[in-house]
Amino acid sequence: MYLKLSYEIRDKYLRKDMLPTIFCPGCGIGSVLQYTLRAIDELGWSKDEVVWVSGIGCSSRVPGFVDFDGLHTTHGRALAFATGIKMARPDLKVIAFMGDGDTAAIGGNHFIHAIRRNLDVTVILINNFTYGMTGGQVAPTTLKGLRGTTAPYGSFENPFDIAELAVAAGANYVARWTVFNYLQGINSIKKALQKKGFSLVEFLSPCPISFGRRNRMKTAPELIKWYNKITVPISKAKKMSPEELEGKIIIGEFVDRDRPSLDEEYEEYKKRAKKMMGWE
Amino acid sequence: MRYPFPVGKSDFIQGDEAIARAAILAGCRFYAGYPITPASEIFEAMALYMPLVDGVSIQMEDELASIAAIIGASWVGAKAMTATSGPGFSLMMENLGYAIMTETPIVVVDVQRSGPSTGQPTLAAQGDVMQAIWGTHGDHSLIVLTPATVQEAFDMTIRAFNLAEKYRTPVILLTDAEVGHMRERVNIPNPEDIELVYRKLPANEEEAKYPFGDIHGDLIPPMPIFGKGYRTYVTGLTHDEKGRPKTVDAEIHHKLIERIVNKIEKNKKDIIDYETFELDDAEVAIVSYGIVARSAIRAVKMLRGEGIKAGLLKLNVVWPFDFEMIEKIAEQVHAIYVPEMNLGQLYHLVKEGANGKARVELIPKIGGEVHTPQEIVKAVKRCEKCI
Repeated sequence: MYLKLSYEIRDKYLRKDMLPTIFCPGCGIGSVLQYTLRAIDELGWSKDEVVWVSGIGCSSRVPGFVDFDGLHTTHGRALAFATGIKMARPDLKVIAFMGDGDTAAIGGNHFIHAIRRNLDVTVILINNFTYGMTGGQVAPTTLKGLRGTTAPYGSFENPFDIAELAVAAGANYVARWTVFNYLQGINSIKKALQKKGFSLVEFLSPCPISFGRRNRMKTAPELIKWYNKITVPISKAKKMSPEELEGKIIIGEFVDRDRPSLDEEYEEYKKRAKKMMGWE
Repeated sequence: MRYPFPVGKSDFIQGDEAIARAAILAGCRFYAGYPITPASEIFEAMALYMPLVDGVSIQMEDELASIAAIIGASWVGAKAMTATSGPGFSLMMENLGYAIMTETPIVVVDVQRSGPSTGQPTLAAQGDVMQAIWGTHGDHSLIVLTPATVQEAFDMTIRAFNLAEKYRTPVILLTDAEVGHMRERVNIPNPEDIELVYRKLPANEEEAKYPFGDIHGDLIPPMPIFGKGYRTYVTGLTHDEKGRPKTVDAEIHHKLIERIVNKIEKNKKDIIDYETFELDDAEVAIVSYGIVARSAIRAVKMLRGEGIKAGLLKLNVVWPFDFEMIEKIAEQVHAIYVPEMNLGQLYHLVKEGANGKARVELIPKIGGEVHTPQEIVKAVKRCEKCI
């Protein structure tokens, strides 16, 4: 893959009057944003045909930095807003940029129902295992034993596996990578964007300031090493026992299928309604 | 354009049904909802009609999502509505605030039932008045309409869309289980005879750069809807005229919120709507709204029959509120009575308006039944005697 220089991507897609970003040193969100913009660039999509939607949190500030239509909404509700956008204008492409707390805690219900309906939206998920913006509280993704300000002695709850949740709820495309799998990440985003129906690309993303600092990983390189330790490629995981997979996070492509999307189903529904009422 | 219901003639229908038909005639093409008594009939009618008129009707996972979806639809240019009752209305407060902050035209119908909590799901109440006006957090303003008949439910639904589009604001149609479930004859006009308002769009690229700027001096910015190449950024954070988040600048926050409040306040005369009955020579006034106003009209006639010079002010809009008009009435009469199906909500606004110039008495009733005219008469007479 030929990669354009970063500044070309920056100059083409970022709103200069919104910079600098709010992101801390070592944060992974900027990288994932770059992958997303590169994917859009390689697909040759116009800036006028894509709407970005987000909720609340560090990653949700992304639509503000990009030169697209963008709706920065309320905590957890991005996909509910996206439902209105997509269903009222099915010709527009919708990207939801979300965080793990936003997606899996306060927005958990909207998340599973948007997937169940197979809403044609691409979710780019930043999973940093924490609530970064509010200062490092535990999230529904925080692995057991890891610390946050609201579980200072280590989380005592079971975490969600968001990618598996999305597969079970019926998503058409699901992939998970760490921020450091950049080529796989860009390719997955490209696939996800082109996919009709619900697609999710989850990124394990370092948050040294709010998360790493409280878990003896104060810098991004330390978090990279930790990700390398805890992640297992899906091909390898298939050969491993449940005991061996304990405490591991699987990365790779989870599902790639083509069930009809919500707007496609609704088009059929409209035809059916008119037929049943004798209008056609 | 073909309509899935008769137009240009009258029909005998429920209030909820009238709201749905009016919404479609007002140009609403996006409805998102969640089932709840006594508002479900609005959703069911929308579900029946919307696919036929190439609109969208979708059942969301809850009311948080319903109002979110209609805000999303509004930002791509659709006229959009949701309907609910008390418990769902409480959930909508979050994104009602978002709609106010982002100046998104939407219509939210609240078919009131008794609360708090699940309360009396099938019975009417007027317990959500203050919530409709002040329920979402932070300083704000919006528009609240209160129909008393099925015909008014129809007419005010069309007006709700027109006001939402004109002022780029959420509008609440605050009705109740009585009006929602009652069947009455309604005149449904020909679509071409209905005056419709559409939101102001940016005239050019330059105007589109200020989605939240008072560029026309009328406090209402043109709305650069999505998908037209304007590339607008919209946030619930405090933002400047260009929509950029500015969260620690007191001046920008003040300017934004003041404009959002003033675009309603300064246009009070245009928005406020009321009717009077026998008020000109009245010595005693009744101020009422919604279903209770119908009992109040009868009560005025009965009181007049008994020699008490009563008159009625029926409010069709309860927010913005015309405090000055109430003060004028208070200067004319010696007492103002406020019959409400709650323990005193609009009463407080009337009392503030009266400004001590007349006695203001509440006639409360809760439990699900509308005041009878006799009850209003009795309450007025009891108080009139005690002077």
